[in-house]
Order: sequence, then structure tokens, then C-alpha cells
Amino acid sequence: MSVAVNPRQLIVKLIFISTAVVILMRLLFLQLFEDKYKVMADDIAIYKKVVYPPRGTILDRKGKTMLYNRLAFDLIVTPNKVGKNLDTAELCTALGIDIGQFNKLLQKAIIKNGYRRPGTFIEQLSDEQTARFKENMYLFDGFELLERSIREYPNPSAGLLLGYVGEVSPAMLKRDRYASYTQGDYVGMSGLENGYEEVLRGTRGVYYYERDNYNRLTESYKKGQMDTQAVAGKALQLYLDAEIQEYVEKLMKNMVGSAVAIDPKTGGIICMVSAPSYDPNLLRGRERSKNYAALNNDYKKPLFNRATQAYYPPGSTMKPMTALIALDVGVITPSYGYPCGGGYYACGKRIGCTHSGGGHAANLRLAIANSCNSYFVHIMRLIEDAKKFGNVKKGLQAWHDYCWNFGFGHPTGIDIPYENGGIVPDSTRYNRMYGGSWNSCTNLFVGMGQGEISLTPVQMANAMCIIANHGYYYTPHFVKSIGGNPRDSILAPYLKRHKVTSISDSSFAVVALGMQDVVTHGTGKVAQLPNINICAKTGTVENKAAIDGVAVKMQNHSAFVAFAPRENPTIAVAVMIENAGYGATWAGPIASLIIEKYLTDSISSKRKYLETKLMNANLINPYLPKIEAAQRYKDSLRYETRIANKRQEERDQYVRDSIIIRRYFENMYGKKLP
Amino acid sequence: MAKENTSVFGRIDGLTLLLYFLLVLIGLLSVFSVEYRSTDPSIFMMSKSFMKQTIFLGIALFVGIVIFFTDSKFFSSFAYLFYAIGLFLLVITIFAGKDVKGSHSWLGVGSFAFQPGEVSKIFTALALSKFLSSPETNFKTLKHRFIGAAFALLPCAIIILQDETGLALVYFAFFLVMYREGLPNIVLIIAFSLIVLTLASLLIDKSILLYIILGVTLFAAYFMRRALKRDWVVRIILAGVCAVCILFSQVAVPFVFKHVMKGYQVDRIYSMLGREVPEDYQSKTADGTLKKSANSSDYNVTQSKIAIGSGGLFGKGFLNGTSTKNDFVPEQNTDFIFCAVGEQFGFLGSLILIGLYVSLMLRILHLAERQRSAFSRIYGYCVASILFFHFAINLSMTIGLAPVIGITLPLLSYGGSSLLSFSIFIFILLRLDADRQAMIR
Repeated sequence: MSVAVNPRQLIVKLIFISTAVVILMRLLFLQLFEDKYKVMADDIAIYKKVVYPPRGTILDRKGKTMLYNRLAFDLIVTPNKVGKNLDTAELCTALGIDIGQFNKLLQKAIIKNGYRRPGTFIEQLSDEQTARFKENMYLFDGFELLERSIREYPNPSAGLLLGYVGEVSPAMLKRDRYASYTQGDYVGMSGLENGYEEVLRGTRGVYYYERDNYNRLTESYKKGQMDTQAVAGKALQLYLDAEIQEYVEKLMKNMVGSAVAIDPKTGGIICMVSAPSYDPNLLRGRERSKNYAALNNDYKKPLFNRATQAYYPPGSTMKPMTALIALDVGVITPSYGYPCGGGYYACGKRIGCTHSGGGHAANLRLAIANSCNSYFVHIMRLIEDAKKFGNVKKGLQAWHDYCWNFGFGHPTGIDIPYENGGIVPDSTRYNRMYGGSWNSCTNLFVGMGQGEISLTPVQMANAMCIIANHGYYYTPHFVKSIGGNPRDSILAPYLKRHKVTSISDSSFAVVALGMQDVVTHGTGKVAQLPNINICAKTGTVENKAAIDGVAVKMQNHSAFVAFAPRENPTIAVAVMIENAGYGATWAGPIASLIIEKYLTDSISSKRKYLETKLMNANLINPYLPKIEAAQRYKDSLRYETRIANKRQEERDQYVRDSIIIRRYFENMYGKKLP
Repeated sequence: MAKENTSVFGRIDGLTLLLYFLLVLIGLLSVFSVEYRSTDPSIFMMSKSFMKQTIFLGIALFVGIVIFFTDSKFFSSFAYLFYAIGLFLLVITIFAGKDVKGSHSWLGVGSFAFQPGEVSKIFTALALSKFLSSPETNFKTLKHRFIGAAFALLPCAIIILQDETGLALVYFAFFLVMYREGLPNIVLIIAFSLIVLTLASLLIDKSILLYIILGVTLFAAYFMRRALKRDWVVRIILAGVCAVCILFSQVAVPFVFKHVMKGYQVDRIYSMLGREVPEDYQSKTADGTLKKSANSSDYNVTQSKIAIGSGGLFGKGFLNGTSTKNDFVPEQNTDFIFCAVGEQFGFLGSLILIGLYVSLMLRILHLAERQRSAFSRIYGYCVASILFFHFAINLSMTIGLAPVIGITLPLLSYGGSSLLSFSIFIFILLRLDADRQAMIR
């Protein structure tokens, strides 16, 4: 029945279909070939909320809380989301600031993080500010609260060990370890907070929500399939005894120095004091940066962990190690004696000895008990010149290797960051210093712990552990268990026993007896405790400093190392007090008080006078501000010199280049450049 | 052949009805998905558009049944009367209308409001059909062509007075019907050329466009050189066309954009073109500085494109449309309802939807062409053309192909006036189709 079909009905159909095709092509392009719309849709409608889990807490060996968390809110601003309809006046009232401050804070946030990224507006709001902000939250477009847990410290001690928490810095973000962090995240900046960051921080929770066009959260995105639950950080239990730590910090409050006590059976650190210490509560909260700057500028350098970073010549506390090396090399026997008459003259210049009485170095035990300098410089020479090594360089190298095994010259691997390794000189060093022409007379001082050797207090305490254990040690460390698990894989390196020397048991026994004599009738009688056999060694370390360009001999460092009880040692101590005097006068009492408190849990009334004496002492080197200022000045000069050198180098390069260009021009064209 | 089906329901075209119900169902689901919140106490809440739309559908179906029971001659007999009533309502609206969303096109009776402009489309379609199909009408004469155009343009002009330009433009769809009934091809060509020229004069620099027009003229002259030599009329026509093009692009378009159109309309057109509004066309404030337009239509289209574009191939899934569910697209259950489909069901869903629309329109054309009576055929074309215009412009504006003029997506958009008028439109056609054997005129 189709008569001639009207061509116009076909045209109309064609118009319908072609329009639909055009729309479909456009849709194809929009939906399949453009990715940006997906990103934009997620950007406007999906809100990513990061929840910071509470950081792990830290307990001492008795389960006493060393730090805990308090909930606080940071006010976060995203500048480009701060809309015109923000009720600025209301926000200012809620926060208790004026409009000027508001603008300044906003500027600061913009400068720090730019317009698009959320940045901190006010850190750690007070409870009142938080409450008032929450009341009118919907008025404050672009502002939000971020839950943080901040640290609180019940005791004002152990600041350096625990470390502090702060906002991650741009420099840190570049390092692999902090790759998963973003600007504004909090991170452990030092001490255990930094060493165990990965354990303490827990797992950040990430929750995705949908939000509507008024920026209100409506519901969780995809029913929470993409969310990550926040997992609280694990608690650390330490070997540290909070009570002893606080006690020793108190004893040393007017001193500059360090005291370290380690349990030789585990390598667990019982206390580690770097005096002067500071209250860790200073480095939290809003005042952190101000307080940090003050501490950083203090000439006594309270932020400098002397226990792991400061270098001290060990002085006479080195002598037990020298004796052990000599015994093992075979150059002496326990009965070997040296006829010291108050000095050592074999190398020409006199090396003084505090004792001159006949027979004070008649055998090894006596020599240790009386700390005879002559004896130990002599056996040092014997070690270096021992026939079995062939020459002095090989002899020194052998001595160096023994020292290395004692844990000197390299960081021990303690679980807080920024540890230094100390210096143990080897032949290369003397070759450089003396152009290759040196002999055992050149460096015999190192046998009595003076001269080129430098150790950190931790290394000295660790060496005591090795003697106490008759030849092995565990890497000194703080953490006993992570989240209740003492065998956590992170702790594996600290559970490994390091058998470091093949020195015989009998040698250790003899040296230990000698060290016991130090306390019973030698130089360290002050450390004597009833019913406990303490092995110790005093040290009095000579040192010099440049004051106004002149090398001035400073008051000696007072050093003391010990372990106890001799039969079954459970504590090893090293104390070093800068510019205090004799080892037995200052460092000795501190070490013995630590041992007494650790082993008996109290201080006997007879020894209370020591506490009083120590607490009332003022042993801070009067030259210290000057030395410190000079050091800072030197550092700044060094920095300026480096910059100036670099500039000079650039200028020189420029001059060289222009000369070359001139020469080249003259040669090529036969005329001078204008 | 249809003798067995004595009941009118037996003679209704099932396929059209099926497509109608599919589209209405998709519409209901879309409106539901846009407003759904997982926190809602119940999915059946009277405050939701979804439930209201269901009620509107009920009313529409009731009206449909009434229409099916009405004599098919009723529609042609009373066509002019309906048209007059429609015009009357439109005029009343100018004075008594309520302001809804910036337009003045709603007539309110108590809490109930409707848009006479939507309903009068049906009346216009009926009247136009009656006029074109009447034996006295000879559509080949210029006079009757003008009368035919007037039928469409009269309500259009009144609606423009109501500030509802979008709805007014819909009446231009009737020219497609008139084209089918014998409007010369040249009209279509001229209309198409004018649209192209308008866009060109907006997109291309004035002086460059002048050279292009002159170039095209010379090019044409070269091809028609023989005719030009032979016949001076051709020369005049060519010169005339060239002059009109130049005048149109250099004078008329700038004049309309500067003085006739309102700021927001200019904004919308430029926003569709993806260009900044040139300074010449921006409205100036009293002190001579440029008034920064809020560019809300730009925001609409951007959000709409984001919602549709983020759908991808398969879409985000039903009730998972983050943009539509969270109110980012303004007017998303009325003019921008397509976003809900595009976002949740992606390209495939959109393809199916567009397929349904095209099927419905082609089916209606098929119904129209099989009518014995000219009235029914022309009315069928009216339905298809109006549907097509709404469909094409609405989808184009959601994806940035056309300026945002507020017209609904037929059968999908939320709104009683729109759903009801399209339903009646289709039901009347089905009624006429059911009686196609009986009707001669």
C-alpha cells in the first residue's frame, strides 16, 4: 500500500536520527575519552578524612607511665575553600582572636602550604576554643578540626631519651623513611619517638565520605569499602627505670656530663642521663617552637645528648681494657709488675703518676687498684712493640682492632637516633699526624685513655658490660617489649649476643678483681657498698680548651666506670662529669648511688650526705659560655668561609673563562676585544 | 481488519505504550535516585519528588483512560476552542502568573500550580492539525503558510512575554510539521544557514568573517559563472544573499546580542560555546564598569558535565551517583535529570535511553504516516516534533551542546505539567490511531 513515499518524512526521520547520533558522539567523548570529569567528580563530592590514631605510650621497666596521650584539636584551614560567606567575626569570637590576628594566621597558612592544601591554622586549640568552634561549625567554610593526640609527661625527666613529636618538615619528607607522610603530619622528631616512629604511630585511618554542595558530609562513600581503619600505636616497655632516671637527673642538675647504666645481661639501659636535662613537657603544645629555640640557644646545650653524642677521652677508665688487651696479646701476665717511682721516663718526657710508693704497681691487680699511669703506658708500649706483630704499626692496628671489638670507634647501634661512634686512632691517623715517623712513644698515652682516643659514655658503659659478662655484650637499647611482645622482630638486633673477643675468662677474672680492689682499697673507695662487690675504675681526664685564643688547661673531667655485683653483674655504669675534678670525687658517688638504688631500691641513710653534696655542687665550667660562644662563632665563621669560598670560586671561574675567551678571540681575529 | 477489536483498548498501539511506560519508569527511578539518602527512614516519603511524580503519573494515566473513552472526533471538533482557551490562559498568566524560578509562566490555583505554556502545546498542535487538514486550506499559498506560522508563533510570543524563552522556543518545533506538510525546502535551508551564520559571527572575528563571506561569494560566483553571464536575476540573487549575510553577521547579530537579549541569555549562549562573553556584549553598570555576571548557567553546565562525564562506560551504579545524590547539579530532578542517568548508568545507560527516545519518536512518525486522516497524521507529526525538540535541546544543554534554556526532558523530568502534557499528547495520538480505520478527516 506504499504509494510514493513522501521524501520529507525521510528527511524528518533523518533529522531525528542524526541529532541523536550527534548527542551520542558527544556523550562518547564526555564519558569515555575524558578522564578529568571523574577526577573532578571525586574532588567535589568525596571527602577524605584522615584519623590519627593515638600514638603508642611508653612505660618504664616497672610499668610506670613515662608518657601518655591527651586529645587535642588542630584547626585546619584550606584557604581556597574559605568562602565569601564565612562568618569571620563569629570565627574570631569563637577562637578568641581579633581580625588582625586572623588575617595574619591565614597569611601564614597560605605562605606555608599554598591555597589548595589544607594547613594548620591554630595548633592544639584549648578546650574552650574547640567547644565554641564546634557549636557554629557550619558557619566556617574551609575550616575544620583535626583530632590529634598530644603527649603528656608525668615526670619532668628523660626528655632526650623519649624525644618529642612535631610536624614533619619539608626536608624530612624527601627521605624514603617519611615517604608516606604528608605536610602537617606529626612525627617523632628525636629520641625513642623517632627511633620507634613506625611502631608508635600506629596506622592512620582513612575514611571516605560523600559531601553535598553545602559541604556537609552525607554518608560514607561506597559504604566504607575503601576505608582504612585506624590502628592505635603499640606501647613500648622500656628497661629504663623512671625513678632512677629522675633521681640521677636531679643529682646532676648542676653539672655538665653524662651517666649511663646498662644491665649487662640484656643490654637494657637502666638510665641514661645527659646533664643538664630538660623537662619534656616544654617540647609539646603550642609553646614548643619557642621553648625549643630557648633550649637550643642555651650554652649548656640541653638538647645535646652527651650520652650518645659527646666525645670524651676515657682517661684512666680505659686502663682495664688496656690490661685485658695486654694479657691477651701475651705481653704480660697477671703477676707482671712495673717499678713505678712516681713517673714514666722511658720516652724522655716524664709522665706523672699520682702514686710513688714502692710496689703500687707490683702486679696487675695493684696497678689497676692504684691506677698507675706508668704501668699502663708501659704495657701499651709492650702491646704495640710486641714481637708477634712485627712492627709498631701492626701492633697499633692490633690494639685498634681490640678496641673496635670493645665497641669503640663505631656507633653501638642504640635505638635512639644520631649516635656518634667515638674515635679510636689507627696507624693511618698517626702517619698523617707525624708523617709516618712515629713509634710507641708517640702514642703511649692512649693506653691510659688520654690522647687521640675519644669515647661516648654509652661506649664506656658498654665496655663495662663486656668485662662484666667476660667477653660479650648485647647492643645497648631501651625497649624491652613492643605492645607486650618482647620478641618483636624490630627488637631482633637487640636480642643477639655479640661475642666480641677471644680474651680468656681468667683474664677477665683478674681484671675484675683488680677493679674490685679499686673500690675496697684503691682510688674508688667512695663507691663502696656493704655486702655488694662493686668493680670500678676511676678516671680523671685532662683536657684543654682555647679561651680567647690561648690553650688553657681546664679542670679535669671526672670519670667513673663500674659494674656490680662482681659475681653476677646486673648493672654496669659509666659516669662522666665535665670539668669537675677527680673521678672519685664526683663521678664515683653518682655511679655508686645509681648502683645502690638499682640493687637495693633505696639509698642507705649513711650515704644521704652524698646526695646533698652532689645536689648542692655547682660544677659547671665557668668558661663554658665562652667556649660555647667561641664554638658557635667558629661554626658561623666556617659557614661564612664556605659561602665566601664558593663565591670566590665562581668569580675565579668567571675570570678564567673571560681570559680564555679573550685569548681565543685574539687568536682567531687578530684583534683585541673592547 | 480491526473488526475483531471492538474495544478501544484493543486497538491501542502497544509498542508506543510500552516505550512510554519504560521512559516514565526510568524517569521515576532517576528522580528517586537523585533524592535518595541512605539515612531516610523510609523510601516512601510524601515530601519526596519521587512520590509526587508517582501521583502525577496516576493522574496522567487517569486522564489517559478518559481520553481513550472520548470520541476521537472530539479532538478535531474542539481544536480551535481549545486553542482559544490556551491563548486565554497564556494571556491571563502574564498578569496573574506566579514567579517560579525567575519566570512568570506559572498559573496558581491554591497550592496547585501549572504551566499553561506546557498544556497549550497540545492545543496548538490540535489547532494547527485542524487548520492544515481542513479542505479549505491550501498550504501552497503564501497566505495560508503565514496563517499556519501564526498558529505556532502566537503562543510563542505570549510565552516570551512571560520570560520563559525556553518554553517559547519549543513552538518552533511546529515548523518541522509544516515542513512535512509542504513548507518549501528553502525555509529549512535558510533556517539552518542562519543558525550557522549566527554561531560563526559569535565565534569568528568580525572582519575575518567578512572576508570569509566575500570569499565564499566569489567561490560561488566562479562555479555559477555561466548562469551569471546568462541571467541578471542570478547576479542580483547572489549579490543579495551576500549582502544579507554580511548585514546579518555584522549588524543584526551584534545588535540582538547587545540590545535585545538579556545578560543571562548572552551568558548562556557563550557558556555553551565555551567562550568568555566579549566586553561589547556584557551589560554595563551605571558607572560604566563591567558587571561581572554570576555565570550560574556556566556552573550548571560544568556540574552537569562532571556528573555525566564521571559516569564512564558502565556508570557508578544505581544510587551511587556522588554528584547527583549530593545536589551538586542544580535543577537535577527537572531540567538536568539526564545527569542522573549519565552518572549512574554511564554511556551504556545513556545509549539505551536515547535509543528508547529515538524508537518512540520513529514509532510515532510511523503511526502518523499510517493515518488515513490528515488531521491525525499532522497531529502525529506535532507530537513527534515537540518530543524531538525537547529531547534534542534538553540533552544538548546538559552536555554543553546547546545553551541552557529551561526545557524538560519528556517523561523523565520531575514535574506535573510536563509529565501530564506529554502523556496527554501521546494518549490523544494513541486514541486517534485507534480509530484510524474510521476516521477520514
